[in-house]
Amino acid sequence: MPRTAPRLAALLVAALALLAVTAALSIAVGTKGIGPAGIWHALAHPTGTYDDTVVRRLRLPRTALGLAAGASLGLAGALMQGLTRNPLADPGILGVNAGASLGAVAAISLLGVQSPSGFVWFALAGAAAATAVVYLLGAGRSGRGAAATPVRLALAGTAVQAALLGVNQAFQILDSAALDKMRFWVVGALTVDNGMHVLAETGPLMLLGALIALGLARPLNAVALGEDSARALGARPGRTRALAVLAITLLCGAATAACGPIGFLGLMIPHAARALTGPDQRWILPFSMVLAPVLLLGSDVLARVAAGSDSELQVGVVTAVLGGLAFVLLVRSRRMAEL
Amino acid sequence: MSITSGTGKPLRAGRFSLLVRPRTVVVCTALLLAAAAVGVVALGTGEYRLTPGQVLATLAGGGPPGASFVVTELRLPRIATGLLVGAAFAASGGIFQSLARNPLASPDIIGFTAGSAGGALLVIVVLGGGAVGVPLGAVLGGVVAALLVHGLARRGVGGAGGRLVLTGIGVTAVLGALNSYLLTRASFAEAQQALLWLTGSLDGRGWSNALPVAAVLVAVLPAVVLTSRRMALAEMGEDAAVALGVNTARTRLWLSAAGVLLAAVATSAAGPIPFVALAAPQLARRLTRSPEPGIGTAAAMGAALTAGADWLADGRVLPGTPLPVGVLTAALGGGYLLWLLVRERRAGRT
Repeated sequence: MPRTAPRLAALLVAALALLAVTAALSIAVGTKGIGPAGIWHALAHPTGTYDDTVVRRLRLPRTALGLAAGASLGLAGALMQGLTRNPLADPGILGVNAGASLGAVAAISLLGVQSPSGFVWFALAGAAAATAVVYLLGAGRSGRGAAATPVRLALAGTAVQAALLGVNQAFQILDSAALDKMRFWVVGALTVDNGMHVLAETGPLMLLGALIALGLARPLNAVALGEDSARALGARPGRTRALAVLAITLLCGAATAACGPIGFLGLMIPHAARALTGPDQRWILPFSMVLAPVLLLGSDVLARVAAGSDSELQVGVVTAVLGGLAFVLLVRSRRMAEL
Repeated sequence: MSITSGTGKPLRAGRFSLLVRPRTVVVCTALLLAAAAVGVVALGTGEYRLTPGQVLATLAGGGPPGASFVVTELRLPRIATGLLVGAAFAASGGIFQSLARNPLASPDIIGFTAGSAGGALLVIVVLGGGAVGVPLGAVLGGVVAALLVHGLARRGVGGAGGRLVLTGIGVTAVLGALNSYLLTRASFAEAQQALLWLTGSLDGRGWSNALPVAAVLVAVLPAVVLTSRRMALAEMGEDAAVALGVNTARTRLWLSAAGVLLAAVATSAAGPIPFVALAAPQLARRLTRSPEPGIGTAAAMGAALTAGADWLADGRVLPGTPLPVGVLTAALGGGYLLWLLVRERRAGRT
């Protein structure tokens, strides 16, 4: 099937429709059974009934956070794979989310910061530090395009992650109040207290990151051809890389501050997007941005249904299990060499 | 055949041969002495202080009155556990780094540690813990995870070593998520106990912890050291090793089993103390300047590192809250790791 622009545009519209359906499901499905009429009542003209409160205070923020965080993480993953030209690049695997977590935990434990709006900047700093390490490893020697092999990059990221996790655990052991808060946050969940408020504080950063990322599609295509060809085509590889690192930091840091570290979305989704679109970043980036929240919200609905009424299965657990399996399958398949 | 020789002399015993390089022997002896010295100093540190001379006299049967109880009953079991566990982790790390031909491979990274943590957590959260149950759960979990990784890594792209590492990373991620989930299901007290265990601690360890590690080390380590030559050939790559007459599949299987056993018994004694397995073999290799894996040297290095870290961490030397040894090794290991990555990058190998 030829990947012509109209066909891809149609596919993107279909993906958007799928996203709308998933978002609707995320609002409609839950422990408290509320019919379509009740949902409409709550959304259109709420009167403060119990059902209205459930929809407006719990499900709507949860869905909105899922949309924002999912789009951010998918985009960050696509950007990372485009930047490092490495099929195993993912904000989770390369330790960027772990860096953001450590920043947040340090803020909670050392400074007594409580709300995501307080620790988002620390999470951003942690994400920036981890991204810088990844960038150094992934860009090859002095930017000459001799990129790290998938194995080395993944190993380096995992090792960085293990080190960050160790320090993180030290904070939690020394400060039992931090542990009690952190053990729920580190799983990655969309059920955040006061979700709309959190979204209002982290959302602008995600939006900024997304705008930068989408603007980088064309330069990234040029950089993929190699340093010299990119220069010949008028691209500025150094500037492109720096902007990509900035976008990844904003996207991962803000998403992690809002929902905790949710792994593997950034790994799986760009591969799925690439299978649909081919190697053009101008399509990969938007597709990743639309498909990632589909998976995140879908996993969240699944977790709600699977866990039943008396317990909570965090969405981060579901995505990590799905993503880890996808990772292993990816290693076993031949797609590895394709980037 | 002088691939691995340098200036070494071969020692032969039947079908096994061992290349002995003078530098390796010197470094190994020095490391063993350093480990012993750390042990002696640690034995004398605490509320009841003893000079190294007094410690040695006490160990020999003399010493100040009353010292014998403090040294041999209270402090020796913990310090012996630290030395033995460090040696076992380091040997295991050396084996996996050699198998994967990558200085970053270690039980921490290829799935074993996450599996053993999962096993221990299951016991703590679902079965309510227990002095026997937790270590047993850890060993079972680690072995199951290792088997899973081994099975999944049989097919795929790249060399067998690379596949092992990548599959391990994937399995670690899945297990890590499940572990975090188990932690959220636990009561606060259980979560605290679990976290302490997961960090790796030597607090309150006795002879019942140390002896199994000693037994496995005695049984496995000599055999691993004797196969180090085959390992060195296997490090040249699958094809070259086969051409030189090494049965790589069998060597790999036996070494994996030995590595898992060492890591399992060490984890059951002290929890998954991070980064010893990663750092000790590489540090040892740098000291010996040897192209060989040097499992024996790595073990000596691991023993000295772990006992030293515990001595520093538990609050008797530096003022402050006693920390579990795992916190210190994680922090030191992280620094070491960054240095390693920067160095490798400069050398153009990353």
